[in-house]
Amino acid sequence: MLTFVLKRIAYAAPVALGVSLVCFLLVHLAPGDPLSAILPVDATAEMQAQMRAAYGLDKPLPVQYGLWLWKVLQGDLGTSIATGRPVLSEVGRAVSNSLILASVATLIGFTFGTFFGFVAGYARDSWLDRAASAIAVFGVSVPHYWLGIVLVIIFSATLGWLPPTGAGPQGSGNWWPDAEHLRYLVLPAITMSVIPMGVISRTVRALVGDILHQDFVQALRAKGLSEFGVFKHVVKNAAPTAIAIMGLQLGYLLGGSILIETVFAWPGTGFLLNAAIFQRDLPLLQGTILVLAMFFVTLNLLVDVVQTALDPRIQRA
Amino acid sequence: MTTPTSLASADPGAAAAAPVEIAEAPIQAGRGYWGSVLARLVRDPVAMAAAFVILCIVLAAIFAPLIAPMDPFKGSMIRRLKPVGDATYWLGSDELGRDMLSRLLYAGRLSLFMGVLPVVIAFFIGSGLGILAGYAGGWINTLIMRVIDVFFAFPSVLLAIALSGALGAGILNSIVSLTVVFVPQITRVAESVTVQIRNRDYVEAARVSGANPFRVVRVQVLGNVLGPVFVYATSLISVSMILASGLSFLGLGVKPPEPEWGLMLNTLRTAIYVNPLVAALPGVMIFLTSISFNLLSDGLRSAMEVRQ
Repeated sequence: MLTFVLKRIAYAAPVALGVSLVCFLLVHLAPGDPLSAILPVDATAEMQAQMRAAYGLDKPLPVQYGLWLWKVLQGDLGTSIATGRPVLSEVGRAVSNSLILASVATLIGFTFGTFFGFVAGYARDSWLDRAASAIAVFGVSVPHYWLGIVLVIIFSATLGWLPPTGAGPQGSGNWWPDAEHLRYLVLPAITMSVIPMGVISRTVRALVGDILHQDFVQALRAKGLSEFGVFKHVVKNAAPTAIAIMGLQLGYLLGGSILIETVFAWPGTGFLLNAAIFQRDLPLLQGTILVLAMFFVTLNLLVDVVQTALDPRIQRA
Repeated sequence: MTTPTSLASADPGAAAAAPVEIAEAPIQAGRGYWGSVLARLVRDPVAMAAAFVILCIVLAAIFAPLIAPMDPFKGSMIRRLKPVGDATYWLGSDELGRDMLSRLLYAGRLSLFMGVLPVVIAFFIGSGLGILAGYAGGWINTLIMRVIDVFFAFPSVLLAIALSGALGAGILNSIVSLTVVFVPQITRVAESVTVQIRNRDYVEAARVSGANPFRVVRVQVLGNVLGPVFVYATSLISVSMILASGLSFLGLGVKPPEPEWGLMLNTLRTAIYVNPLVAALPGVMIFLTSISFNLLSDGLRSAMEVRQ
């Protein structure tokens, strides 16, 4: 197991380095000068050169990357152009808000997704299967930002039951687990949960169908095990993959929440990215994407390790 | 061991990123493989319904100038936000008093173009890279696949938005961003299929008989790889439609006053209290297109007996 973990880390390290390179190059991909957002329009050539030197932009690109990476490794992601605050603290606050939303959404999606998946997998080709599959296709096909708007139209604009935007009363910037804040979480979390629900129910359906057709299930039934006993074996066999997918979905939701966070004005990483893009705050854009991608790389690593720990067959294969 | 990103993603079709197993072409007299695929597809009522919806949407977009009742750009400040079912504006009017029906028809042009084109470009680039990596093996494979791994470390939505955000808003930039998102996914599938094919006896036989690599790829590999990769690519169109409109929704794709579903959804958000039905209409079009492409792709997959 230890060898596997070490091997997996050795595999993740170059990927992480590649991710940092992509994030670094993002800023240089931007049209015009990375400094154009800070420099006044009438800056002289001399002032521009001064600024370039101050930001290290006069050095060759590989040197710039090395210096940037060294700073990043020390936890310095630079300073936001728009607010003047360190990027790391801005991102940290936003990540915690996004994490709450994405975790709740993943939990809801996982609960319903596994339920529909099991129902469909057990009752293959029945109307139940078709209904569960239809829900799954809906989940993966619906533009979630539109679903968010539709839910706001129904539950906020028409029925007035839930607040349409924000994370808490009076534009609260930090989510807090109390009844009032919980009301703000409901709509964005449900909207977001539709994606993992579709993906998980599709996967679980296929898993359960496959497992039920395996010889060992036949053997369990033949030796007279109750249907509930067989069900427990099916759950045990489906769990590692289902849990792995749940973990990855959490990462996808955290990284892909920008559209939903924009619809609900949720003060998370998506909202931060949106602001960074439109204020051309390149250090903030770079930092947020780096943090999210690194989180995803780490999550992938964890998922692989957990999955292998749960199902030793994977390692042997 | 399962590679970290081959499991599933937030995206509809990306669940198929797992290595695809190729079915042996069924032996049938008289009808070729593609003929039998088509015959099976035609018998699938869901796939046919989806194909019909897509055909209608595409035709409506192409012939928008002929069928749209009004000019999609001409607004009227006194006829703003008319409800659905209005005598003049059948599907209501938008926040600037422009006819919704005409705009929805015209919007299909840009939305479809921006949703489908990235997948088409990525299909060619990704298949090429994947076949090269899979067939050549060795360091070429390592080089290509490790670079692909880096792109897999970004969730698709994040990568698309990061690239568009850095490149700046615009139609071309959003097509480029989405292409970059889909190339790695298609490359990975093409590579895994090519590796499977390469180890088949008939490919081995062709190699041993002295055929040069290009000939083997063209004759033995290409035909067997492109099918499964094509099916996978069709499943990406649905994601691409949602993402392309999503970029415009964020203000990173099409710029106003050009009609595009995602952008219309965004500009009509202010109208959800006044005229909710009209505000939701552009999203209905995105959803309808996306689900139709998904269902057609599912039908195509089972017609080709490509199993995940």
